[in-house]
Amino acid sequence: MAGDHHNPKENLMLKEKDKIFKNLYGFEDWKLEGAKKRGIWSNTKELIGMGSEKIIEEIKNSQLRGRGGAGFPAGLKWSFMPKDSGKDHYLVVNADESEPGTCKDREIMRNDPHLLLEGCLVASFAMHAHTCYIYIRGEYYSESSNLQKAIDEAYENNLIGKNACGTGWDFDIYLHRGAGAYICGEETALLESLEGKKGQPRLKPPFPAGAGLYGCPTTVTNVETIAVSPTILRRGSKWFASLGGSNNTGTKIFSISGHVNNPCNVEEEMGIPLKDLIEKHAGGVIGGWENLLAVIPGGASVPLLPKSICDTVKMDFDSLKEVQSGLGTAAVIVMNKSTDIVEAIARLSHFYKHESCGQCTPCREGTGWMYRMMEKMIDGNVEHQDIDKILDVTKQIEGHTICALGDAAAWPIQGLFRHFRPEIEKRIEERNKKVA
Amino acid sequence: MHHPGTNNKVYKKINENFEWSSENFKKISEIIKKYPSNRIQSAVIPLLDLAQRQNNGWLSKNSMEKVAETLSMSYIRVLEVATFYSMFNLEPIGKNFVQICRTTPCWLRGSDKLSKVAQEVCKTNIGGTSNDEKFTVVEVECLGACCNAPMVQINDDYFEDLDEESFKKLLQDLKDNKSIKVGSQIGRRSSQPERKFDA
Repeated sequence: MAGDHHNPKENLMLKEKDKIFKNLYGFEDWKLEGAKKRGIWSNTKELIGMGSEKIIEEIKNSQLRGRGGAGFPAGLKWSFMPKDSGKDHYLVVNADESEPGTCKDREIMRNDPHLLLEGCLVASFAMHAHTCYIYIRGEYYSESSNLQKAIDEAYENNLIGKNACGTGWDFDIYLHRGAGAYICGEETALLESLEGKKGQPRLKPPFPAGAGLYGCPTTVTNVETIAVSPTILRRGSKWFASLGGSNNTGTKIFSISGHVNNPCNVEEEMGIPLKDLIEKHAGGVIGGWENLLAVIPGGASVPLLPKSICDTVKMDFDSLKEVQSGLGTAAVIVMNKSTDIVEAIARLSHFYKHESCGQCTPCREGTGWMYRMMEKMIDGNVEHQDIDKILDVTKQIEGHTICALGDAAAWPIQGLFRHFRPEIEKRIEERNKKVA
Repeated sequence: MHHPGTNNKVYKKINENFEWSSENFKKISEIIKKYPSNRIQSAVIPLLDLAQRQNNGWLSKNSMEKVAETLSMSYIRVLEVATFYSMFNLEPIGKNFVQICRTTPCWLRGSDKLSKVAQEVCKTNIGGTSNDEKFTVVEVECLGACCNAPMVQINDDYFEDLDEESFKKLLQDLKDNKSIKVGSQIGRRSSQPERKFDA
C-alpha cells in the first residue's frame, strides 16, 4: 500500500485517519478515478442538500481559519456574501502561492486537484456563486495543467457545469494563470489582475464581498481553506474542532524548508510544538537541535524566532502571536548556526523591494531604502544609530500603505533586531576596528 | 540585477510582423469564453502568454499591439500589464531560459553556488544570454518550491533538489541536446520527507 509510506514512524500526533490530504505526495492517482477512491465527490449532492446556511454554520462551528496567511475565520468570511444582490456572485480561489517558504497549495493542485474542485462547488453554492475562478501563479505550469485536466474530467462527468452533481445548481470553474507577481496574492490586487490590469491593490472599503470582481460580490479564498471544507462537512465540524486547540482547530499543511535533514510538506495537527514538527517530520535540524539559530515560522513575512523560543513554542495562530510572530502560511524556514542571519533577512528585503507594486510611496521608496541599508548591515558598514533609524523607517511603513506588503517588508527586519541586535552591533564594531 | 521580465523598454525589430498562428487563433476564442462578454480584457494575461510562446519567449512591440487589437484595448494598457508582470520578457531570450531562485529558502540550501555553475557552463553573466543563444540565465524571486530547494525553472519546467554537480550535468545535457529529467533530481516524489522506500 502506497499509503503506508506516509507514516513509517509511530507516535506521530496526527493519525492517518484524520488526514484530509491523503495524496499529498502523489503516490496515488491524482485523476478522477483515484480521487473517487479517496472519497472525493462521493456524496457531494448530500452536502449541497444541507443548504447554504447550514454549510456556513458548520464551517463557522469548525472554527476553520483561513489558510492563506491572515487566519480570518472562514465561515464568517463566507457569511459576508449578500443573499439577494441581484448581481452575479463569484468565488475566486487564490492559488497565487508566492510567500517565500510556502509550497503547500502546489501539492494540493498537482496531487489532489479534485479535493479543491469539490470544495469550490460546495463553497460557491454556500455563497450563491455560479462561477469560480482559480487564479494560479503563472510559474506553476505543470500544476495548472493537472488542475485543468481535473476540471475537464469534472465537466465530462457532470460533477460541475449545468446541474452540477445533479443538484440543480449550475456551476462553472475557470482556471486563470497569472504571470509572476507576488502582490497578486493580495486579494484586491488579484481581482485587478483577473480583470486584466496591473496587480495593484484596491482601497478597502468597499470590500470584495460587496464589490469585488467586475464590481460584483466576491469572496477570495486560499486553496487549502477551500480544499478542507468538504471533509469538514462530511465528518462534521465537531471532528475538525476536536483537532488542535480552541480557535486554532483542525489540521494544517506545514512546509518545512531550509536547514533540516528532510525538507518536506506535511499535514499535522494545529498546535504541534515546533520542535516536534522539525524533529519528527523533517529529520531534525542539520547538525542537531543545539545547532539551531532561528526559525521563520510562517513564511517570509513574519518575524523570526530565536532558538530559545523555538524550544517550546506551539505552531498555531495564537501561540505564535504571543511571541510576536505569526503562523502566516505555516511555512517553517529553519536556519542553523552556519547562517548569516543578516544576509538571510537582507535577501527577504530584496524580495519585497522587487515585489512592491509601486502604488504607495512608503512601500515603494521604503522597501528599496531598507534593502540598501540591510545590504550594508551584512558587513557592518553602517553607524550605530542606523539601527534605530531603520527601525524607525519600518514603523513609518507599517500601517501606512493600502495593502499589507509594507507591513510584510517591515516585520522581518523588526524581528531581526528584536532578537539579533547584538550581532549587528558586533559587526559594526568589528568593521570600525578594521577601518581604523 | 538585469532580467528581461523587469525591462521597461520596448524592443522593436525593424520590419517585424506579428500575426496569430491559426492554432493560437482557435485557442483565443476558447480563452475569451471564460470571461463575461463585456469583460474580455480579463484575457490580456493569457493572450500575452500565448503571444510570447509564439514569439520565441519574448514580447515585441508588434506582438503587444496585436494583443491590444484582439482585445479592443489601447496599446498602453497592454504595455502596462506586460511591464508589470515578471514573466513577460520584453527582449529576446535564449532557447533555454534558466531562472535560478535566489530567495532565502533556496539560498539557505546553496542557490548562490548554482548561480556560479550556471555562469560557468552557460558562459554568460546573470541577466545575459550566451553567444550561441542557447541560454539566458537570470536570478528570480521565490518560485514556490521551497521544500525542494535549491531549484531552478528552465522554460516551463521545475528542476528541484539540485546541487552543484547535478545542476552542472543538467545544463551540460541541455547544451548537448540530450534528454533531461524534470522535477526532483534525487528521485524524490513531490515534497515527501526523503526516505528509502521498500515498495
